[in-house]
Amino acid sequence: MRGVRRPLGRALVVLAVCCGAMAAWSGAAGGQSQPQSPRPDARALLARGRVLYAQGCASCHGADLRGRPELAPPLRGAGAAAADFYLSTGRMPLADPTDEPERTQPAYPRADIDALVAFVGSFGGPGIPRVDPAHGSLATGMAKFTEHCAGCHQIVGRGGIVTGAAVPALDDTTPTQLAEAVRVGPYLMPKFSAKQLDQATLDSISRYVQSIRHPDNRGGWGIGNLGPVPEGMVTWFLAMAALLAVARLIGERAP
Amino acid sequence: MTDEPQVAERGTGADPRAELAVAVLLVLAGLAAAAFAVLIVADPQTQLLGATLGGALACLATAAVLAAKRVVVQELAIEDRHREDTARPEDDEALAEDLRRGGDGITRRRALGAAAGVAGVGLAGALVVPVTALGPGLGDAPNQTPWRRGRRLVTTDGDPLRADAIEIGSFASALPEGADKRELGSPVVVVRVDPRTLRLPRGRRGWAPMGILAFSQICTHAGCAVTLFRYPVDEQLSEGPALVCPCHYSTFDVRQAAKPVFGPAARALAQLPLAVAADGTLVAAGPLSSSVGPAWWSVKR
Repeated sequence: MRGVRRPLGRALVVLAVCCGAMAAWSGAAGGQSQPQSPRPDARALLARGRVLYAQGCASCHGADLRGRPELAPPLRGAGAAAADFYLSTGRMPLADPTDEPERTQPAYPRADIDALVAFVGSFGGPGIPRVDPAHGSLATGMAKFTEHCAGCHQIVGRGGIVTGAAVPALDDTTPTQLAEAVRVGPYLMPKFSAKQLDQATLDSISRYVQSIRHPDNRGGWGIGNLGPVPEGMVTWFLAMAALLAVARLIGERAP
Repeated sequence: MTDEPQVAERGTGADPRAELAVAVLLVLAGLAAAAFAVLIVADPQTQLLGATLGGALACLATAAVLAAKRVVVQELAIEDRHREDTARPEDDEALAEDLRRGGDGITRRRALGAAAGVAGVGLAGALVVPVTALGPGLGDAPNQTPWRRGRRLVTTDGDPLRADAIEIGSFASALPEGADKRELGSPVVVVRVDPRTLRLPRGRRGWAPMGILAFSQICTHAGCAVTLFRYPVDEQLSEGPALVCPCHYSTFDVRQAAKPVFGPAARALAQLPLAVAADGTLVAAGPLSSSVGPAWWSVKR
């Protein structure tokens, strides 16, 4: 039995590697903002995307991608960037259209996401932006993140709230998802054009966001890395315990 | 079972070492507090300030505990009711001796009182001197801003802000070109919305070219920097575009000239009328519409 299983396992690994490579390749292909000339496999991808769209998305966004009032926004012109962002972060599909989309496990495997992205992207809109954290400058990234992003996402990307919505933490955000969010402005987030944040700045911001996942906590305990308010809170709790201990030490029971 | 009240047995007489320790601690508390009062004027480093004030209070607390435990006499004495017919001359001697011992106590008490006085004066100084840190009156500062007609908006890097860099649904921070960026009235937040959705007051129709609006970045509630901008993908499913202050979530509807719609702020953010210059950069078309920042006595609108 084992002799049979091993080649099967190896075949599965090879298959997985191939799928991954295909996904990476198709992701790279989607990076061009102009619709590419339909190759036979691209055509197959589009066809698969159309089927998946009809099954999973059309009930809210409409078969013609024009959206439905008070249910879902139109997807024409949303582009591959928005489609990839919402699908790869698990924000879509959404059980209740009035819910705020939140990051979860993606509902579709990568190959299906690529098909859906290709389908939605074929109706126009921005392609998946390129980003390379290795080309960015950490210092510039921190300055620009502070100016443009930290107001809502906090300086260490822990998220927060604005009135009407939760601001997500950036713990699991990949550089590509970050770039997509910056250019698309999902849900309540404003968007930033390449004229406002150029490619070098985007690379830098992406490098900074990668770096803040594991901040250097000099004291050994980050306390959420949110700054003086939680730190002060913890100090108060510790001081309270110390005061109780002192009171216990110097006091005595009444006769 | 016993009728005797249970009280911890403690030394009742004078404990000269404890008294000395209390006196020294009180004097130390006074000196540390005085050092705080001097430092806050001469060299206000927060860590030194914390160490001196904290040290003063710690000395005071230790002195109080030590005095209660070791100095203040807390013996339990039960005296039989005095009866005239049992008065004896030798009792008078004992009474006189008691009074003499009491006299010794008064000098000890004076020493401790003086030490407590030192501590009190030092701490009073530490309490009063920080008042000097209160700045001068605000005067007309909220109305004196660098914004004038024709002054260009620049980014935090100092580059002119171009109108086409701000897409619909985008925002940026901007400063007046060539002015002091630390001035209260300097920073503005620039946002762009669909011009068809604008509902500006009648006198401000021309203030937002291409739907680009600029408002003072200083919140009218507590003076925080208004750094949050929300812009919905689909307004039917979520809240409309607004600037939000991160401190107390005052929310300003940008399409209604930053009218407060949620939170503690009561006044709209001051609006800066904008124009697009011939070279495509954003310039101020006039001064800010109202006073900048929180409501003060001198601020009317």
